Amino acid sequence: MTIKLPIYLDNSATTKVDPRVLEKMLPYLSEEYGNPASRSHIFGWTTEKAVENARAQVASAVGCDSKEIIWTSGATESINLAIKGAAEFYQDRGKHLITLKTEHKATLDSMRELERQGFEVTYLTPETNGLLDLSKLLTAIRPDTILISILHVNNEIGVIQDIKSIGEICRERNILFHVDAAQSVGKVEFSIANLNVDLMSFSAHKVYGPKGVGALYIRRRPRVRLIAQIHGGGQERGFRSGTLPTHQIVGMGEAFALAVAELKTEAPRIKHLQQKLLNGLSKMEEVYINGDMEHRVPHNLNISFNYVEGESLIMAIKDIAVSSGSACTSASLEPSYVLRALGRNDELAHSSIRFSIGRFNTEEEIDYTIKLLTEKIGKLRELSPLWEMYKDGIDVSTYNWKSDGERDIILHH
Amino acid sequence: MSYSNKVIDHYEHPRNVGSLDKNDSHVGTGLVGAPACGDVMKLQIKVSDNGIIEDAKFKTYGCGSAIASSSLVTEWLKGKSLDEAGTIKNSQIAEELELPPVKIHCSVLAEDAIKAAISDYKNKKSPH
Repeated sequence: MTIKLPIYLDNSATTKVDPRVLEKMLPYLSEEYGNPASRSHIFGWTTEKAVENARAQVASAVGCDSKEIIWTSGATESINLAIKGAAEFYQDRGKHLITLKTEHKATLDSMRELERQGFEVTYLTPETNGLLDLSKLLTAIRPDTILISILHVNNEIGVIQDIKSIGEICRERNILFHVDAAQSVGKVEFSIANLNVDLMSFSAHKVYGPKGVGALYIRRRPRVRLIAQIHGGGQERGFRSGTLPTHQIVGMGEAFALAVAELKTEAPRIKHLQQKLLNGLSKMEEVYINGDMEHRVPHNLNISFNYVEGESLIMAIKDIAVSSGSACTSASLEPSYVLRALGRNDELAHSSIRFSIGRFNTEEEIDYTIKLLTEKIGKLRELSPLWEMYKDGIDVSTYNWKSDGERDIILHH
Repeated sequence: MSYSNKVIDHYEHPRNVGSLDKNDSHVGTGLVGAPACGDVMKLQIKVSDNGIIEDAKFKTYGCGSAIASSSLVTEWLKGKSLDEAGTIKNSQIAEELELPPVKIHCSVLAEDAIKAAISDYKNKKSPH
């Protein structure tokens, strides 16, 4: 069988729109162009029906009532509305919030903005496997804590947090609980009906739906209130003004319905591919898995290849689309903050690759990936002075590397 | 990140990869950079009795630009006297490889590696 190159293994960044989803969307980009808010004619009635049908699909997929789902432009907007909207509404109760250091930037930057407005935020450090120790959460809770925000499935390392237990802790103490579920729909089974979650953020494009649309779950019993962040025509019961993009909403509804319906058959297949990739790559020396393997979605494999630098590795495997924990391509030279929060040293963080497997990946693609990685890592290690030192029995981590300052003195005396 | 064709050529076909015997009195070794910064270069020169660099080898841990910078300088060093080698500037390396501004530090590291190798060789010849 021939393989089409390049191979896409970056499904945590975004996914291909499923052809079945695209097909449902197309009529709303042509003949069904009515504004769902138009109450006076058939054009509006038709698209309103389509929007409400999609709302029911999303609600059914995540286990809540349709009235608890509002449409947004994506998970980033949902997270901003949930965190800032709740903090602003409930600030008379207290001004303290808790989150994790390994959250997505949408959460971390929303929290930073609230800090500028006078709120206090505790950023908890996860354990070295990426999971939150609940006793640390309990210690961080204060009488003035109003909201806790936790990422369900981490985007870089794929670990799954125990949102059921965290929800119970929050509910007992009357603290609002927001969950960023952008990476969990269709990857891990859950139902809001069984969870004490008050707010949950979703994205369509991580689940084979279109970009530019997301949703926010807002609990009705007990009722959660938010201050709107976008003002205008009062759509979405005033939570989020703006004309609804019918085609994208229809796509998100279909994508969520498919993801949940196919989870049971898709998960074992993807687990098999993940195990195959893991076993194939583990045959090399000095390979380290980042994040817990047990509490993890099968779609993610994040591995550090010691003594090989991430950017040069990405360059060597350009037939495979993956992400690197090394941010060397930016001017900052800072490695992944998620891996650093796990206590990984800079070398291992610089050497990390995130493989994210999706619906359209095949076994042949995984075989090709293993073969290519093994060959290129071998080549780069032949080129690596650190690999040579390691083979000579020198401990690279305790070796006395000269700082830039010292080097300057040596050079210019 | 888009690299120049010269960087890609050196990256895909690095010249003079390898190691020389660091205990040989004719060999000077420079090891610069730090793993935490994402770049480490090892550059070795073999110097004849009349002070000419007859051979140069490198190994580099780092991005494509770092690998290309060190590969390029091994080509430039061969046949040069130690004094000539000491005049190679990072700006010449950056210009030859058309490095973007964020990758200038790779050429600086390559210049440092040359100086460190020369210094190591001279220390071996006249230890103090």
